[in-house]
Amino acid sequence: MLLSLRLQSNPEALCLVRAVMEQATEMLRFDEPDSRAIVRSVDEALANVICHAYKGHGGLPIEVTCRRLRGGKDCSSPDGMEIVLMDSGRAANPKQLKGRPLEDIRPGGLGLHFIKQSMDVVEFSRKDGKNLLRMLKYLAPSKPGTKLEGE
Amino acid sequence: MQISARHSEGGVIFDLSGDIDLAHSPVMRKALLGEIKEKRARKVFLNLKNVRYIDSSGIASLVEGLKASRDQGSRMILYSLSPSVREVMELSRLQKIFEIYENEEQALSS
Repeated sequence: MLLSLRLQSNPEALCLVRAVMEQATEMLRFDEPDSRAIVRSVDEALANVICHAYKGHGGLPIEVTCRRLRGGKDCSSPDGMEIVLMDSGRAANPKQLKGRPLEDIRPGGLGLHFIKQSMDVVEFSRKDGKNLLRMLKYLAPSKPGTKLEGE
Repeated sequence: MQISARHSEGGVIFDLSGDIDLAHSPVMRKALLGEIKEKRARKVFLNLKNVRYIDSSGIASLVEGLKASRDQGSRMILYSLSPSVREVMELSRLQKIFEIYENEEQALSS
């Protein structure tokens, strides 16, 4: 485990998480564009939890965990980072998880688009009444067979 | 985020700095819509040179401001986009719908 954060659904917490994530990506030697992509994705995902899962209510729990992905010794799989967000808010609407066409120019709905454009893997699931969002970013082009640290 | 207003002959200039995120975009939105809808400024300029970060809620506020300005028959003009703002504009493919200039001189003379 690289990092585990427990925060509350307050927008003021987002700047702190961005700062921590920036440090974590630097430690894993992501380049600047990829570092910004990861920070942006986590920020947008947390904003979605606050606005949609918790409907703007503050003080509700969100967990963020990060793990370092270790590629194989034969370089057949890439190094990278796995980030998982967990909240106890209402289940996401599958239609909202598709995002919207960018040609439809109107306020809102861009966060998910930013996440999907920025990360290599984005997976939503619901387990034991909790929403889970798993995001992966690789240091090299995505390949199968990546092992998680500690497994 | 910090926001301050200057007045020029052409309109009002908002100098923005810091992070425009979910916590702060409502402040920018209120200032922007107040100037466009209530004060009916002919031109509203946004200096984005010192914006370190902008999220989708900040971009949404800019889109809302642009729509309001079009409804009012006025103009909302962005200039000196920081690399971070430029990157997010490109991601959202919105750079073509906004009026964007390289610097203040070009923006004010537009």
